[in-house]
Amino acid sequence: MALSAALWRGIAGIALFFALWEAASLVKLPFLRFVPPPHVVLENVVQTIQTPAYWSAVYISAKRVAIGYVIGVALGVPIGLAFGVSRVFRDTFFPVFETLRPIPPLAWVPLSILFWPSIELTVVSIIFLGSFFTVVINVLGGVETLDARYLRAAVSMGATPWQVFRKVIVPATSPSIFTGAAIAMGLTWEIVVAAEMVSSIGSGQTGLGAMMWQAYVGGVIPLIITAMISIGLAGLVFSALIWQIGAYATRWRRVV
Amino acid sequence: MTPASRPFLRSIRSPRPYLLLLGFAIVLAAWHLVTAVLDVPMFRKITPPAVVLKEWFNPEPFFGVSVFTSLYYSHIAYSVYRAYTAFALAVLFGVPLGILIGWNRTFRELTFPLVETLRPIPPLSWVPLAILMLPGTEPPVIFVTFIAAFFATVLNTVLGVRSIDPSYFRAAECLGFARRDILVHVVIPGAMPHVFIGLQIAMGLSWVALVAGEMIAGKRGLGYMIYDAYSMVQIPTIFMGMLTLGLLGFFSSALVRYLGRRLMAWRSF
Amino acid sequence: MSGGLSVRNVGKVYDPEGINVVALQELSFDIAPGEFCVVVGPSGCGKTTLLNIIAGFDTLTSGEIAMDGNVLTAPGRRLSPGADRMVVFQNGALFPWKTVVWNVTCGPVLQGRLSRNEAEAQARQLLARTGLAGIEGQYPGELSSGMRRRVELVRALMNDPKVLLLDEPFRALDALTRSVVHEHLLELYDLARRTVFFITHDLEEAIFLADRVVVMTTRPGRVKKVIAVDLPRPRDHRVLTTARYGQLEEEALEAIHEEARKAFETGERELA
Repeated sequence: MALSAALWRGIAGIALFFALWEAASLVKLPFLRFVPPPHVVLENVVQTIQTPAYWSAVYISAKRVAIGYVIGVALGVPIGLAFGVSRVFRDTFFPVFETLRPIPPLAWVPLSILFWPSIELTVVSIIFLGSFFTVVINVLGGVETLDARYLRAAVSMGATPWQVFRKVIVPATSPSIFTGAAIAMGLTWEIVVAAEMVSSIGSGQTGLGAMMWQAYVGGVIPLIITAMISIGLAGLVFSALIWQIGAYATRWRRVV
Repeated sequence: MTPASRPFLRSIRSPRPYLLLLGFAIVLAAWHLVTAVLDVPMFRKITPPAVVLKEWFNPEPFFGVSVFTSLYYSHIAYSVYRAYTAFALAVLFGVPLGILIGWNRTFRELTFPLVETLRPIPPLSWVPLAILMLPGTEPPVIFVTFIAAFFATVLNTVLGVRSIDPSYFRAAECLGFARRDILVHVVIPGAMPHVFIGLQIAMGLSWVALVAGEMIAGKRGLGYMIYDAYSMVQIPTIFMGMLTLGLLGFFSSALVRYLGRRLMAWRSF
Repeated sequence: MSGGLSVRNVGKVYDPEGINVVALQELSFDIAPGEFCVVVGPSGCGKTTLLNIIAGFDTLTSGEIAMDGNVLTAPGRRLSPGADRMVVFQNGALFPWKTVVWNVTCGPVLQGRLSRNEAEAQARQLLARTGLAGIEGQYPGELSSGMRRRVELVRALMNDPKVLLLDEPFRALDALTRSVVHEHLLELYDLARRTVFFITHDLEEAIFLADRVVVMTTRPGRVKKVIAVDLPRPRDHRVLTTARYGQLEEEALEAIHEEARKAFETGERELA
């Protein structure tokens, strides 16, 4: 069956990657001098997932991600819709928005640390920024590419502007909203790592990013890779979750 | 399909410039209000806009960095060099790989799962590993930036190839194109629009990753400048760094967009 | 003259998700060399599938198709697309990123049959023939849809095909543009009288263009009726008001309307 063949090839590709890594370690290639071979990493993974500290770190990072992300979406969707629907609002505030958007989230960290009273708020605010900008842009894109005929159809059936907004614009842009939400979720995990790494100096609870940085500073190298894998997986899982919610909410899109 | 309004990418140039100015004015006024006029406790540490601007354009800046110091431009030069080098490498490796993955089914089935497994690992988390693997301070920063741009490029290139209307391939077959002809005359031009969207995204991500890398591992550059200013509580300099990054990021993306428009003249009709 | 097609007992069974879909069943008819044959049928009857099989984009599961006595394709025998069976696609497949002249000459040039200069000279001639002089340097995006379809026809003809396969090529055009393009098509046809295999759902188009009209049944597709169109050539739009045309249309309408109703009631949709 064609499906199995593709699956086997995929597994083969990944397996080949690990085999080469293992071989390169054995051969002692120069730039892999400090990088542990796969079996050592695997050992570390097995060890680490049995420690409560690990799961505590996962929970802490996940909590920060969830809060920052939800606020980002909660503010981003309405503002994105506002940009799309109101010419005046967009002409006034979109330039400011576009000026602030290219500033990397990490560049906001020092300011945030100085501004917010706690590390938690700092990290959450950075995550919020990351998801907020992405969501706004995607929602705006969704409104922009809305087929004008839907609007005309609604108006010709006697809909008020508010009805048009609720019954046509919002549902029609929901695919874009969910796409933007999924992309933002992926980005958010990248940011949480950055935020935690930079602000891990000193106090605060230890999330996955902080755990990784501490592993680096402490010289426990396999743990670095374990943390990398964990963060990647977490990002994947969360994004997939958002995708599923989005797919369910927009099931009218499934073409037979 | 009829779009409801103009493409938002072009809406940067508002048809009503006075509204644009109003927007900036409102934000600046709010900033000024909250830091210089009212005594809002949360904002006590934040410097007002007037102070930032004064320092930025100060021939003898209090904290050593302004439009008039060479240090400022040195930081900018380092950041630009790293960002663009990493971006160039990402394009050099990412586009061909993306095309191969998009076009050849066997290759795709072999390599795409691997790519998708490595992609979710945030570029930033490659920093410790990069420092361990690569010598010096420049290569790790460029590598981390490269990773960010690379995956975005590959993904969008693959998407670009796979979204080419199959009719074009069929037409090419009827017309007797050899594989090489299909690659040069169908696959590459057909994927270009998506590739350029990917390149814009990659450029944006390059700057994000770059700052992160510089904050952690660099000794010069805007990311480092911000972090250094933070450690010495030189807040106006922090603002300068952030705003400069914003401007550079914006112009870099605009540059990519412009190049795309030139290369794809056939799209403007 | 060559380019005669024989469709013999052709069957095509799809297996989407385990449910056998019989697209074509024991379909048989012949096309004489140089004949303009139009296949009409309701949506989902399998006419596009048949075209795809002849073109080489798809395979058949039973029967065979032969050209000039040589078997083209049979079960288990892959047929590659080629310039001898040039296709003009429904939604147009002119490369939007290449100029008109490149599009039209790429076939012969890349196959090595003509030099660039020879090809361009020929192209200019043919384009002028269809009233498209002077647009060689433009991009398809700059042209109207009617012009694009004509360029695609010229591209097809430049490859000297034995059979021209046209997949509802004028479906996206408005009725007025379509009638103009029809006349252009017939002019081009009259130049060299190549075999044409044309599929459509538009009866008027079918009768106006064809030497013979093959009416297909709804899925699974079979030949319902073959109508010989004996209207004299060269034809122009005035033929549409003649008595003979009216008779032919009546004959064809009876056959096809029944199938159209069946298709409507079972909610048929285009497969390909």
